[in-house]
Amino acid sequence: MRLTLHQRQIIWAYVFMSAALVFFVVIRWYPTILAFNVSFRDWNVFEGSGPWVGLENYQEIWEDAGKPRSSVTAAFSNTVRYVLFGVPTQLVLALAIALLLAQIRRLSALYRVAYFAPYVTSAVAVAFVWNWLYQPETGLINQALEVVGLPQQPFTKSPSQALPSITAVAVWQNLGFAVIIFLAGIQQIPAHYYEAARIDGANAWQLFWRITLPLLNPIIVYLTVLGTISYLRLFALVQNMSPQGTGGPLKSTTTVVLEVYREGFSSYKMGYAGALTVLLFFLILLITIIQLRFFSRRVEY
Amino acid sequence: MKRSKRFTLLGVLLVSILLLAACPAPAAPAQEPAAESASDMAAAADEVVEIEYWQYNFAARVDAMDQLIAQFEEANPNIKVIHNADIPYAEFRDKIAASVPAGVGPDVATLFYGWQSAWIDSGYLVPLPEDAFPPAMVSEEFSPMVQASFVGGTLYTLPTAVRALALFYNRDLMEAAGLDPNSPPSTLDELQDQAVACTQRDDEGDLVVQGFVADPSAQDHHWFREVLVRQFGGVPYTDDYSQVLYNDDAGLQAWNYLLSFHTELATGDRDLFDGSTNAFVGGHVCFHVDGSFRLGTIANNNPDMNFGVTELPEHNGVKSTFGSYWTHGLTKKAAADQARFDASVKFLQFITSADAGALWVDIVGELPAQLDAGSNPELLADEKLGAFAAGLEYSHATFFADESQQRQAIIDSFDMVVLTDEDPAAALQIAADADQEVLDDFWSSR
Repeated sequence: MRLTLHQRQIIWAYVFMSAALVFFVVIRWYPTILAFNVSFRDWNVFEGSGPWVGLENYQEIWEDAGKPRSSVTAAFSNTVRYVLFGVPTQLVLALAIALLLAQIRRLSALYRVAYFAPYVTSAVAVAFVWNWLYQPETGLINQALEVVGLPQQPFTKSPSQALPSITAVAVWQNLGFAVIIFLAGIQQIPAHYYEAARIDGANAWQLFWRITLPLLNPIIVYLTVLGTISYLRLFALVQNMSPQGTGGPLKSTTTVVLEVYREGFSSYKMGYAGALTVLLFFLILLITIIQLRFFSRRVEY
Repeated sequence: MKRSKRFTLLGVLLVSILLLAACPAPAAPAQEPAAESASDMAAAADEVVEIEYWQYNFAARVDAMDQLIAQFEEANPNIKVIHNADIPYAEFRDKIAASVPAGVGPDVATLFYGWQSAWIDSGYLVPLPEDAFPPAMVSEEFSPMVQASFVGGTLYTLPTAVRALALFYNRDLMEAAGLDPNSPPSTLDELQDQAVACTQRDDEGDLVVQGFVADPSAQDHHWFREVLVRQFGGVPYTDDYSQVLYNDDAGLQAWNYLLSFHTELATGDRDLFDGSTNAFVGGHVCFHVDGSFRLGTIANNNPDMNFGVTELPEHNGVKSTFGSYWTHGLTKKAAADQARFDASVKFLQFITSADAGALWVDIVGELPAQLDAGSNPELLADEKLGAFAAGLEYSHATFFADESQQRQAIIDSFDMVVLTDEDPAAALQIAADADQEVLDDFWSSR
């Protein structure tokens, strides 16, 4: 069989893609499919199998959620709270910083590196540093509060402050990524739109609301979806910043992924953990579809 | 155009099918032929049987086990023990959980006795053969706390060494506070008084020296259940550890005693220095309840600290301490092959002998599990280890259905009182309910 040039190109494309494909199939798809399977079984972690129990694991989660002081309920409600606190804060701050950075000519690369550095830092290292900053009495933040005459705060040691404290660190860590994407978006907007608007007498405020923001819509949607997914999957920061990595104090910081880990690897209830994973999967899927459906609209001038 | 599309689709399908078919398989089959041929060879001639032993990474333990393995291999030239101790403590359980399904785990593994239930439920541990480890021998020769290794009457594991809790005290801090470092607290009341006397605050009211830090996430949850509750006239659980009993009057008195260090007396704050243990090791705390394993931590991190160890304070004439141990079990992997299983049994017998316990105490600082070695007068007279050794005869090991969850129940209730002003009695009841639920869950499935 003689192949056309086009066919040969396609074959080569697949050859080059196969490395990435192997990665996705082995590291992403296979475990995902396995997780669905595990969630319907009374899975035995040491045997790597277990009897089919249908929806029993899901039923157990439902029953646990109805109990007082339930970890499952806390995990889902905290996870939603991380998203609601984290994503808008991150977007607003990142946009503000990106707008300022876009004005800067000198040392602009230095600033970009400074904002981006936390994003490429390991979450565990970030958690350690912030644990020190948040320390009662000896921590830098509390010492600063003391100097200006404000009362010391317990931060991660208090059930009411712990979740916002960890969210703040997550925002700080993810900010750099959003800033860089926003910057790229801002630089894509043709300068003559602004020039034309200025000639028509638009002020800076109008330029921002009428030109910058609408044209950044695709970027905002993209960052909202990605940000939401990352906050829905929050784990490493909570595991390393809550007391003994338990999502405390009093379950105030626990997340769905942390509960998956605890049920699976500390209580060895893999079926239950698998079912939680599947629920989280559908939660992420649902929210993402809703966001893409309602926020995407093309703006062209 | 149409042809190329079909071609594309075919390509995608082929690649995915090939990958899906090939990927999950390799780990297991690749392993088995090698293992089989090894055991075939061992059976055929008097060749070497290889067994694998795992424990978590803790320098002194690794060193002690290396010496034991060297002795064992010398006495049994046809058995070779591979010692895997590279796994950090925090990852030990995860690694085991991940390795065994892949068929590459240990034949003999060391686990915390509180994990036994989960490991047995997961089908990982097999019962110890009765001819090699007769139950009567274990009852007679081993410390009574080792009874916790019988689950439903069947012996699953056996330790080399055991640990107990005792009271650590910082001699320099006591002296600085005008206390006599040669008479540390011997009763619960004295502990309260001395802790208050030893606490120092600066002008802003910040703690500089903490007298005693109540910290249930360290050893104090054990101290509460197995020591304080008994000293105030109660028992923590029924004898078979199936029912919580500490939610009575005695339990509440014990609970209030523990809380008093945080609430009324304010002799310490567990949030400083990342918990009571670090704070004591760092030299910021006068009195601290901890296990013999902490001697090694102090020797490594703060060798110059001037401290002593005494038996846990008594109350109403009752002495008690919490005993616990790292214990060794035989795995399903060992049981799958007779030659390996026999070798593993031999190895287990060797590392649980009195001689092994004697070597262990010298290197690791844990007490021998065999009573003979534990009642050794030389050990009892030891300045640091004596207090722990003395505790062995009145120690209790809690049988845990799920150690981390049962511990969390106590921590959460403590937090409720300290952080959210919950009524102590109500909080204790909540802990008891949560604990009972874990126990019911465990016992209902057998």
